Amino acid sequence: MNEPIIQTQKLYKKYKDADDFSVNDLSLVVKRKEIFGLLGPNGAGKTTLISMLCGLIKPTSGSFTINNLSYHKNANAIKKVIGVVPQEYALYPTLTAKENLLYFGSMYGLKGKNLHIKVNEALEHLGLLKFANKQIETFSGGMKRRVNLIAGILHNPTILFLDEPTVGVDVQSKNVIIDYLKRLNENGTTIIYTSHHLTEAQDFCTKIAIIDRGKIYAEGTAKELIASTENATNLEDVFISLTGKELRDAI
Amino acid sequence: MLYKFLMSVYKEILLLKRDFGGLVILFVMPLVLIVTITLIQDSTFKTVSDSKIPILLIDNDKDVISNSVKDNLAQSGSFEIITEIDNKNITEEIAKEAVFKGKFQLAIVIPENLSHDLQLKVNQNVDKITANFGLTEDSIAVQEQLNPKEIKLYFDPATQLSFKNGVKNGIDKMISKIETKSIYETFQEQLGEGDEPIFSQENFISFKEIVPQVNNEDVKPNSVQHNVPAWTLFAIFFIIVPLSINIVKEKNQGTMIRLITNPVPYAILLAGKTATYLLICVIQFFLMIAVGIYLFPYLDLPVLDVSGKLFLMTFVAIFSGLAAIGLGILLGTIAKTQEQSAPFGATSVVILAAIGGVWVPVFAMPKIMQFVSNVSPMNWGLNAFYDVLLRNGSIIDILPELFFLLLFFISTTTIAIVYDKKKRAV
Repeated sequence: MNEPIIQTQKLYKKYKDADDFSVNDLSLVVKRKEIFGLLGPNGAGKTTLISMLCGLIKPTSGSFTINNLSYHKNANAIKKVIGVVPQEYALYPTLTAKENLLYFGSMYGLKGKNLHIKVNEALEHLGLLKFANKQIETFSGGMKRRVNLIAGILHNPTILFLDEPTVGVDVQSKNVIIDYLKRLNENGTTIIYTSHHLTEAQDFCTKIAIIDRGKIYAEGTAKELIASTENATNLEDVFISLTGKELRDAI
Repeated sequence: MLYKFLMSVYKEILLLKRDFGGLVILFVMPLVLIVTITLIQDSTFKTVSDSKIPILLIDNDKDVISNSVKDNLAQSGSFEIITEIDNKNITEEIAKEAVFKGKFQLAIVIPENLSHDLQLKVNQNVDKITANFGLTEDSIAVQEQLNPKEIKLYFDPATQLSFKNGVKNGIDKMISKIETKSIYETFQEQLGEGDEPIFSQENFISFKEIVPQVNNEDVKPNSVQHNVPAWTLFAIFFIIVPLSINIVKEKNQGTMIRLITNPVPYAILLAGKTATYLLICVIQFFLMIAVGIYLFPYLDLPVLDVSGKLFLMTFVAIFSGLAAIGLGILLGTIAKTQEQSAPFGATSVVILAAIGGVWVPVFAMPKIMQFVSNVSPMNWGLNAFYDVLLRNGSIIDILPELFFLLLFFISTTTIAIVYDKKKRAV
């Protein structure tokens, strides 16, 4: 449990033509089997950080290791142990749920009966088996979110990156997703999770980092963060105390 | 890797199968295009050769030459000579106005006393020659000064240059013939005795077109032999549009994000797309060949003759398809939206076709465009098709074109991969 699985050292990211760093001298450690919540206002750098850790974009400077492997030299090995659930519905709308999952599963090297069994099991756990052969474009937002999640976990990843996995879904879908993620974590998957749902994060995460302007402002369990903040009774109080009340509209 | 590649192909086929509009564009539209274009071009050819183009003739000469011009025009079978409008003789002014307003394509104005003056001029020249050679006893009388005559041609401004040039060349040839005949006849009158001709008035020099032969038989290309390869190539290159849209959609839907984070090389994903769209190109090619062979005869069009050439033609189609796919991948990688990729893709195909020589032969283009044409993949493909189909070429003859097409595919795909990597590094 205490073994670090993700370590970043002095990580920086500045987009072309941007005035400020999106990730600014960020060093953090995520330990194995943690559910690590990255919370922050819009434009804080959460998605940029996750995108770098997943290999979608390259850091401007700094380094990081995943599963004790440097991404620079072991991209393919790292890709095999991570799962990614992006903010978008990263699915083909005209393919059925099953066709989507069989395809994405096959890209992780899963094949044959094993792949079909995994797809059917996951669809059943997330209440979608009877819709397996329906096209994604006919699905509701909540159903798409659940298929989106399955596509990222079919290969039993050691580390799962979730970028706002419950955004825009109803309470029922949200509960199914969170329960399923908790089960995955119990089975050994480390979860890195971003969200704007602070109550959800407070209940779900074993550790939380409040991130703003590319830097980590505070880190600890929800209880530790609340206790360390004056007059705070919940995570929202901590959040406001650290990041302020001003709007964060940014382009 | 092979399994991932095959699954990528399967996914692409499923995506295409579910996109009915895309399938129509890929298979039905090229067929409609090739049938329509060939029918129009063939009917245009028939119009020119079978039916007659009405032209205005203002005959101010009313003598031998104007009669000869009329006879020649009538004998050509291409023109209907109109000398009156509303039962009134046409004047030059009326003809000019009618032609410049596009009511007629052409008016010919034959000047007054043309026959008389030509004969006078010829007589003067012949007299001079015979006197110089001491063939006449009479001294030459003082000769009347004659101004050169011109036959005026009025063309509808919308008339195409090729038609104008054809008519001008035809009339020029006709006038030269009349002048030569007149000279011969004058010499005959002055030197000949009795009715026995002393000159042969038949052309000494003629021309014969030598065409390629296969098994001692002339290979005579028809409009279909030209059209089918050209428009097949055009259709193959249209694969750029759906392919670039496919890639842009993957970026916008977020599926590309998922694929990039999967342990599968980007090249395998592109290989899956390449194989699928190449398969489509080959199916398109065979469909269009089948139309040329089996459907065209029912439409009263010449049959496409591919006997013994289909194997090499398939090679050309595959390599042309690869070039088109490379361009589609590059466009899809660079474009951010479908609104960028679709119009740009369609327009670039039309431009490539134009500079590739699909509409206007490369030799007829200005020097700069001829140079540009040499670096157009559609020109390489078209040349390779013509080498096989019309020039009876072998695999050796088309190897340079195939090499360039392959090189184009490799270059564009490599640029796309490098661009994608760089973009993600920003």
